[in-house]
Amino acid sequence: MKIYDLIIVGAGPAGMTAAVYAARKRLEFLIISRDIGGQLSWSGDVENYTGYQFITGPELTLKFEEHIRRFKVNMHMPETVKELIQEGKSIKAVSDKSEYICRTVIVASGKRPRPLNVKGEKEFRNKGVTYCATCDGPLFADKPVAIIGGGNSALDAALQMVKISPKVHIVNNAQNFTADAIMVDKLKESPVAQIWNNATVQKIYGDNFVRGIELEKDKKRYDLKVEGVFIEIGLIANTDGLDILKKNEDSEIIVDCHNRTNVAGIFAAGDVSNVPEKQVIVACGEGAKATLAAFRYLSTHTF
Amino acid sequence: MEVKVYSTPTCPYCKMAKEYLSSKKISYQDIDVSQDKARVAEMVKLSGQMGVPVIVVGSEVIRGFDRGRLEKLLAK
Repeated sequence: MKIYDLIIVGAGPAGMTAAVYAARKRLEFLIISRDIGGQLSWSGDVENYTGYQFITGPELTLKFEEHIRRFKVNMHMPETVKELIQEGKSIKAVSDKSEYICRTVIVASGKRPRPLNVKGEKEFRNKGVTYCATCDGPLFADKPVAIIGGGNSALDAALQMVKISPKVHIVNNAQNFTADAIMVDKLKESPVAQIWNNATVQKIYGDNFVRGIELEKDKKRYDLKVEGVFIEIGLIANTDGLDILKKNEDSEIIVDCHNRTNVAGIFAAGDVSNVPEKQVIVACGEGAKATLAAFRYLSTHTF
Repeated sequence: MEVKVYSTPTCPYCKMAKEYLSSKKISYQDIDVSQDKARVAEMVKLSGQMGVPVIVVGSEVIRGFDRGRLEKLLAK
């Protein structure tokens, strides 16, 4: 079996920058990723990436991709790494499609929308349940919907939907919204918005598509007839199965200032790590640092 | 081969899919479902789900911007 110098898990800003550095160091490496761009690919406008005064997330993703394609980069996509196993001085990466042996790994798998974990959520995914209100919102014009969450992204979705939907329920599991007050005030002005604070979703039900949700509030059950359920309750780190790595309470991989994890040879970069400030430019810098740290590790160890 | 993209103007994945097709010099029909409920129904019927983008290549239907599959279908 071929032994890679490096496997990069993920192809968002951190993973792609790590790849540019790895290609220039002429490492034998492989990128394994579910998609390209990660969160950047579904971000709107980027106005704080130096050198581009204004660029959209998808456009910047394409720029990054063009950059890595300049090199002969070996990319396996869509493919998901399920487990990392230490085998002597090597690391085995087990994916949903194959197994690989390498000397170093950079985990740059980013974050994804946090699931609600209620009955019916998986079953009705894309059948009324969506995690991208900006994408799918317009499909629910003239239909009653529920937005789950209380932060800025939830309120964004709600303010978008009150313009086109006859009824918009906002279900927040806390007493108050964490969203900016200016948004909350705007929402309260809407005659079609109904706010449910201190309420939790018990289940999502339907036939072929969503027909409603059940809520619990003050120990009472409520049945809301909705056809769309927009889940906007934040993000979760893509660290499933990476049990050998130490994580913080948010499931982010704990790294030191050289991107080293608790396992020798495994590094982490970008939003999946506990480095503060989730920004494209920070993720890129972290990806660069991680490859340089991996390169140093490779050149100072004998295998 | 006929390529169609069912999309909304606010959907980044749709934009990415369309930019990808353009970069490969593949002409496609862009269907903005936010403007036309009949087109939403058509998309739901084709794909069995409510999520954009839906990309149709010939007789194949791709849900979401699954670039691996899109590449394969276009290579045919």
